[in-house]
Amino acid sequence: MDIPGIEVRPLKTMTGHAEFNETFFTNVRVPVDQIVGQRGQGWFVANATLGHERGMLGDPDALENRLQALIGLMQQESIGEGRAIDNAVLRDRLVALQAEVTAMKCNGMRILSNSLKGEPGGMAKLIVKLQSCEVAHQISALAIDAMGEMGILYHRSPRERDGGAWQWNYMFQLGLIIGGGTAQIQKNIIAERGLEMPREPKLARISDEAKGAAGMQTDRQGAA
Amino acid sequence: MDFGLSQDQQILRDAVARCLADTSPLEHVRECAGRDNPLSDTIFGALHDLAVPAMLVPEEHGGLGMTLLDAAVVAEQLAYAVTPAPFLASVVLAPIALSEAGTNKQKCQWLPKIARGEARIGVAISATVQARDGAGVQFVEGKLSGTALFCLDFEGADAYLVADAGGRLHLVPALASGLKATRLTTIDRTRSVGELSFAAVETDPLADDGGTASARLRDAGRVILAADSLGAGQAMIEKAVDYAGQREQFGRPIGSFQAVKHMCAEMAARHEPCRALVWYAAHVFDALPEDASLAACHAKSLTGDVHRFVARTATEVHGGMGFTDLLGLHYWFKRIGFDRQVLGGPEAVRAEAAALQGWTRAA
Repeated sequence: MDIPGIEVRPLKTMTGHAEFNETFFTNVRVPVDQIVGQRGQGWFVANATLGHERGMLGDPDALENRLQALIGLMQQESIGEGRAIDNAVLRDRLVALQAEVTAMKCNGMRILSNSLKGEPGGMAKLIVKLQSCEVAHQISALAIDAMGEMGILYHRSPRERDGGAWQWNYMFQLGLIIGGGTAQIQKNIIAERGLEMPREPKLARISDEAKGAAGMQTDRQGAA
Repeated sequence: MDFGLSQDQQILRDAVARCLADTSPLEHVRECAGRDNPLSDTIFGALHDLAVPAMLVPEEHGGLGMTLLDAAVVAEQLAYAVTPAPFLASVVLAPIALSEAGTNKQKCQWLPKIARGEARIGVAISATVQARDGAGVQFVEGKLSGTALFCLDFEGADAYLVADAGGRLHLVPALASGLKATRLTTIDRTRSVGELSFAAVETDPLADDGGTASARLRDAGRVILAADSLGAGQAMIEKAVDYAGQREQFGRPIGSFQAVKHMCAEMAARHEPCRALVWYAAHVFDALPEDASLAACHAKSLTGDVHRFVARTATEVHGGMGFTDLLGLHYWFKRIGFDRQVLGGPEAVRAEAAALQGWTRAA
């Protein structure tokens, strides 16, 4: 990263922090032995990275950690004389999310077992990113709701809970729903690769010749 | 660790699926669903040939001594073919109750017959979950009085297992004096349920275990209903995907439109984790009993919600055709509706799950 011509600008997000950067390359010379994969295989390499990114975003143990933190919060947070967890509606949402997290953990063990046997992950794997990010976002949403007005405190305010982590997570996890292949792209992948549903018709595609003329990658997977 | 179905379980699944593809085609389901007693003797006979009734009967009583996970594998296939056959009460719950809490005499009298497909027992434990309409059965001076609703596998039962107000189970012959049995008609015409009224009926009680056995039945019943919901949901998703691939509009299959494609993807995304959860809940019923109740609650409530969404969405993908009787899609829709309500809907089951974890303050 210290090669001349690389400029990194922190990219501030809706959370108020800079979780990633814009990176500009101006005539950067990269030695041939530092190419990852082969020349012209950038899309393949990037896609492999995206695959790992999706797997990481869908980590069921991370969901379990957030859920345990939420349970702790709801047992501590007071509403009048009672606790947040004593509220039947909030508690019902909590148990519903616990069931979702348990299902994702079981799903994760199923994928792991398949992978150890050298079998494909199939649908169980295709749905992980979409489902996990959704469940994670709902966990943060419930935490904010359980805090009531306290839920809006942020920016190191007095009385802020957990260093503003729940609000930060609520926003950051929306970013994760979008990043690593948006939820809508995940649904295309689940439908087309998992359910083998028909792809978009040819008329709506940019023809390969047109792509070639524009110097674009012609692999159809470019859509993913 | 190996989280998945064993090779034997995969063979069982495929054998039951083949059997039902032959014996439970939609025409036969329609014919059965039009009758007062929908339970099909032909299908039950074919399942008997596969030794399904013997699955959960212990080996010393002439059964196969299999596990709840094996039964869940079968339940999924039964629902996939909307099979009108007795299963939940007579093949799963009755053998578990008798094995875990029956007297030696009860075991010897009933278990071998259940295994041979010669006796069927209906099960009425609904009041231990939520009593409605003042239902409940009292055990006073050796006799039963009161009403038990939603007796499962009702038609053709030779006896009924009934939970009293203290959760103790009782075996009552179908022809017992003072017992009145009335059919209840539900949306799901592939299942048979009824109401039992007792007026000082002689009973043959199972162990006085403080409700342990009826709680086990609740867990097992919820897991099997969740597995049923899973099978019905699987069938509905496949039908929606098939239909969307064939039906054309504006010169292209409707499945190529993202509006339709994304409905199918959402169904699959919510449905698939349920499969692993149902396997887990079924597995811990035998392998890790202290985790069984919570896992059963999770499986029952999650499938209840997810498959309500699947039932509705798969029907919408079919457009007007989904709403008609022509495709018979509604049989799966109604099966899912039944699975959701029976032995506790999602909210009731989640309240129990909260109490199990000490999250509910005693009132």
